[in-house]
Amino acid sequence: MAQIMAEDFQVIDNCLMIRLPEEIDHHQAGFISENADRYLMRKEVCNVVFDFENTRFMDSSGIGIIMGRYRKISCFGGRVYVIHADKQIQRILKMCGLNKIVEVLES
Amino acid sequence: MRNEMEIIFDAVSDNEGFARVAVAAFVSHLNPTLEELADIKTAVSEAVTNSIIHGYENLYGYGGPKREPADPARKDPGKVQVHCVLEGDLLHIRVTDRGRGMADVAKAMEPLFTTKPELERSGMGFAFMEAFMDDLEVISSPGQGTEVRMSKKLGTGEWIGSEE
Repeated sequence: MAQIMAEDFQVIDNCLMIRLPEEIDHHQAGFISENADRYLMRKEVCNVVFDFENTRFMDSSGIGIIMGRYRKISCFGGRVYVIHADKQIQRILKMCGLNKIVEVLES
Repeated sequence: MRNEMEIIFDAVSDNEGFARVAVAAFVSHLNPTLEELADIKTAVSEAVTNSIIHGYENLYGYGGPKREPADPARKDPGKVQVHCVLEGDLLHIRVTDRGRGMADVAKAMEPLFTTKPELERSGMGFAFMEAFMDDLEVISSPGQGTEVRMSKKLGTGEWIGSEE
């Protein structure tokens, strides 16, 4: 299982783009959140984009990652976007009502 | 046909992926739909993660292979047992740990309830197991550990309906 790498985090303008790994579980979630927060503190980042293009599996730990980042940036007017989410992942996001607080962009 | 398997592994986060893939592989000869497989993997992942984080308080944390135990007095991370029985197209999964257990199971199963918000646990674990499996039963008592029993009938996926 490929670990998330430094090049999976990219800051473009005021957006932090995170290319998520193939499988998102509790084991991966720690790295992702830790690295994301480092970017959120360091740079003038207001929005976060989660890119699910390579992701084939996610459990509730993924919900924790998205909710945690949303809490951190929403009070400063930041927004969270989800792109390239497949059917299964969209279903999980909907079940938690996350589609109401983050913008799920259809591709 | 009846078929049975059991795996026992250390309660470390590295094994979460192993456990769900093992269960998915066990049912693969039934030709489950991708959606059914994803449901089973998610449910197993939730149950095993619960045992590791809550049952045994994740002694080794997550990270590289050279991790040291968070509590030096404790060396053994504990063991998680995953037991599966296939009866025809009905899959029963039992995830058992001998960890700290829970006093109030009903409370723990409430959506969004979590005892570890600092770890960004969403509190959706049991809700996911309930949603993705047909049947869920949780047996637990403090100091004794927790047993999660789930079952799901396979071969009821959408593709059958679309073929008719």
